[in-house]
Amino acid sequence: MPVQYTSIVEEHQTVRNNVGIFDISHMGQLIAAVTPSSQKVGGEGAAAIWLNHMLTNNVEKLIVGMGQYTFLLNDRGGIIDDLIVYRVDGQKFLLVVNAARAEEDFAWLQTHLKQEHSQDRPGDGPETAACCSLTSRSANSGAVAIQGPRALELFRALFGNVTELPERNQIIDVSFDKTNVSVARTGYTGEDGIEVFFGANYAVKFWDAALEKGKSLGIKPCGLGARDTLRLEMCYPLNGSDLSPERNPIEAGLGFFVDLTKSGFIGRDALWKTKESGPREKLVPFRMKEKGPPPRPHYAVFHNCERIGEVTSGTLSPSLNWGIGMAYVSSAHAKIGTEIEIEIRGQKFAATIEKKPLYRKPAS
Amino acid sequence: MIIPDDLLYTESHEWIKREGDNIRVGITDHAQSELTDVVYVELPKIDRQANAKEPIAVVESVKAASDIYAPVKGTVVEVNKSLEADPGLINREPYAQGWIFVLKIENPDDLKNLKDASAYKKQIG
Repeated sequence: MPVQYTSIVEEHQTVRNNVGIFDISHMGQLIAAVTPSSQKVGGEGAAAIWLNHMLTNNVEKLIVGMGQYTFLLNDRGGIIDDLIVYRVDGQKFLLVVNAARAEEDFAWLQTHLKQEHSQDRPGDGPETAACCSLTSRSANSGAVAIQGPRALELFRALFGNVTELPERNQIIDVSFDKTNVSVARTGYTGEDGIEVFFGANYAVKFWDAALEKGKSLGIKPCGLGARDTLRLEMCYPLNGSDLSPERNPIEAGLGFFVDLTKSGFIGRDALWKTKESGPREKLVPFRMKEKGPPPRPHYAVFHNCERIGEVTSGTLSPSLNWGIGMAYVSSAHAKIGTEIEIEIRGQKFAATIEKKPLYRKPAS
Repeated sequence: MIIPDDLLYTESHEWIKREGDNIRVGITDHAQSELTDVVYVELPKIDRQANAKEPIAVVESVKAASDIYAPVKGTVVEVNKSLEADPGLINREPYAQGWIFVLKIENPDDLKNLKDASAYKKQIG
């Protein structure tokens, strides 16, 4: 996906007003499943049990066809990746992960699969990991995100009126041009929309079909630049900028996607500690007080002349035509409404810590 | 891509128009189309002295902040204040209302180090 096809602002507005299509084929797709031999000997739940040990959210809450946002943590509770896990059938899960972390995720999961295979893990059932397999289908898969208020019209144009729309976070199989594609009602823009997963050999065909059928809806191909401004207006974190192995989900304000009540998962002890003592720093959204240069990653954040943190994401919001961003600041100064200053090329500019999201759709 | 024949150019995509002892400076059509969506311009201060290739202004698009360099040694004598209210002028009229600053140059011979239109055309391919 290029940074932009025509202009970030134009592509951004297309998604907010009509419908945009993003090529997200670069994203990683991993499959965790129960091995066929294990199914016969009562190991049906093994994949769910194992993933619940590896991921922060509670996989057991997912009925077949549903997905959830979750984290893969290291032993210190730091974020290796944020991802969506779908229960595609009783014994099989699809993990959609960040492109830059796909290999690392796979290696981390694979290492634990092997380790747990060789150990008898008390409390996790009969050698659950031994019954699971992990495969990557990243190399032979393609995917697009279709996002915007007119995305559902395009869904019907592509798949026909007979196909029922998936619910929010649901994934369904739909036939398209003699093959099956998976359609999830998910996205990274704050608009309604879908993400479609297909075999790599269908990628061009699907892309062209969507652009053709979307023409009357005002569709435009959109790039990474618009993807970033859209997600930042919604305060969705970007791994590598807002999330990293040095940050945990509690600091990032994403504790909602961590189930501390479920039995042991990797990173849990560290998260408990952060939760009890309170995080030292918190990720907060902010908005500039006046028109001026847009905030950018790594700019320093001040409060009463004291340095309290650093910007991790920043841009000029095309919807608000105003500088916005997210920053990690010391928890003592992380309250909504706190006046802060962003240092830009040696000069300080006033900003205010805001509530999520930074952009709300005007009531129509 | 528009590359007027009567201007001089730098490797870093500034255009230069000679006006007696002064030069008027902006960024090329190619540069503005690469940046797209210019949203903020930080202008240099009047009377600021700069050496050749010294960054003296900043053009920010949604994508990124880019330094603008003094093409030759000189002193800032004029800046385009209308960019403060309408930075998009750089996108719409890169060679006209989108100019950024005027330098009083020290030595007209310095201009010999700059590129002509055909050399710049070759550079951007």
